Amino acid sequence: MSQALHSQTADALDSEHIRNDFPILNQQVNGHPLVYLDNAATTQKPQAVIDAISHYYERDNSNVHRGVHQLSERATLAYENSRDKVRAFLNAGQREEIIFTRGTTESINLVAQSFLRPRIRPGDEILITAMEHHSNIVPWQLLCEQTGAVLKVVPINDDGEMIYTEFEQLISDRTRLLCVVHVSNALGTVNPIGKMIAAAHASNIPVLIDGAQAVAHMPVDVRALDADFYAFSSHKIFGPTGLGVLYAKKALLEQMPPYQGGGDMILTVSFEKSTWNALPYKFEAGTPHIAGGIGLGSALDYVQSIGLDRIEAHEHALLDYATQAILEVKGIRLIGTARVKAGILSFVMEDIHPHDIGTIVDAEGVAIRTGHHCAMPVMERYGVPATARASLAAYNTRADVDALVRALHKVKQLFSD
Amino acid sequence: MSDLRDLYQEVVIDHGRRPRNFRVLTPVTHHAEGFNPLCGDRLSLSLNIVDGVIQDAGFQGSGCAISTASASLMTEHLKGKTPEQAQAVFQQFHSLMTDEGKAGDDQLGKLTVLTGVKEYPTRVKCATLAWHTLQAALEQKAQPVSTE
Repeated sequence: MSQALHSQTADALDSEHIRNDFPILNQQVNGHPLVYLDNAATTQKPQAVIDAISHYYERDNSNVHRGVHQLSERATLAYENSRDKVRAFLNAGQREEIIFTRGTTESINLVAQSFLRPRIRPGDEILITAMEHHSNIVPWQLLCEQTGAVLKVVPINDDGEMIYTEFEQLISDRTRLLCVVHVSNALGTVNPIGKMIAAAHASNIPVLIDGAQAVAHMPVDVRALDADFYAFSSHKIFGPTGLGVLYAKKALLEQMPPYQGGGDMILTVSFEKSTWNALPYKFEAGTPHIAGGIGLGSALDYVQSIGLDRIEAHEHALLDYATQAILEVKGIRLIGTARVKAGILSFVMEDIHPHDIGTIVDAEGVAIRTGHHCAMPVMERYGVPATARASLAAYNTRADVDALVRALHKVKQLFSD
Repeated sequence: MSDLRDLYQEVVIDHGRRPRNFRVLTPVTHHAEGFNPLCGDRLSLSLNIVDGVIQDAGFQGSGCAISTASASLMTEHLKGKTPEQAQAVFQQFHSLMTDEGKAGDDQLGKLTVLTGVKEYPTRVKCATLAWHTLQAALEQKAQPVSTE
């Protein structure tokens, strides 16, 4: 996307002001102001989220859905209020379609075991892409081992884009589920999920979208997309870790058996037979991460107070700036150059190993991720053992990018002969 | 940069960029594979032990400057040593990385250029990968050794 197109909207987002909402960003690391560019791993938390969690533990802490006392009522109200916020955030039709999980990973495992396992037969196919995170590969491999199903993988091109014609060819009358990442964590590629969902639905194939890297960076409307399942993690959208969301169409959830058994997910229990609670509780066994749910609700309020359109525009403009700036450092090669990209810059630097890059830029106060990013098949595809990755969020500025580029020059300096 | 220079000493950079003994060995009497799943470093180590003495040592693989330099310096250091002497060096090197070198450093020689690594806990595994792989090779372990 062109810089000019976004310059006006990008200016509308005051990232300096946003930075002040994140107390952690105001510190020195190794004698330099912290430059946090590891947002694809996890995002920092605004004061509002920290306060919401503190408030819960200071004033309302209690178990949910069972006490008649005041604290339990407050806790239940706050926790369930967050479910409504998630519903509105994703534009889901009903609150029963929002299941709280431990994270994207658990959401995907839930779909694998509760939705797909009962209906898949030996020789049936599960379709994924070559750019999936391990969390959208391994649950399907486990299911294939359990059932004799076959995993099919849509290849990617040199730019890190899924090859659409290959995708169309891989859809078969044996395909039982399509599982696609919305935004690749290792490449930054934004997949054309609307088009893919429509194509899958034309063959009556349901679709799961891994939205972990998308929700904090662009508006998502599950009904407009017509997604059957959409998963994301709270901690990648300024909320606490240990909590995630599975959106699923109610008609599908109603057909699915419980994922885990325990308290809260039952209606009645006897030694002969138990009956299940109504949606969404059927899928939420045990005392949930109440503070996490409340924290996520607060994080979604925060994101919406800024506006995802503005965040998206800001990050696109910053990505354009960063892409240009980083390529001016001689010897850097970007891994992932899709036409439609989110704010993720994965790169390698001549023969300098990403791990060394990570340590050296950290000495300059710049936090980036180095490694295989839980996407070993992507590394394999590009013939690299690892990459360095800078990933952007709403609070990042051009000054952050400039600090990264300065630090990368230090890397070169240290390794020069 | 002064702190970083303790980690990335010139000898380390040199061995990281131009590793010694980075080759396939023939013949081979002892071999092991090492893997650091955290960063994807892979190491294939081969030894030729004749009459109870390490005659030759070579490695291949991919890794960061620290792990490559450590493997390079290790293979240089091992030649002419018995497996028992190599074990003693391993103990001292491991101690250098993890407990302030309580086991002494009289066997380490040039390997002490890696002393700075102990200040970077996340990088200690990079420096010790080659050594854990050596142990596996000496013990003739069939399974790849992992730093995790």
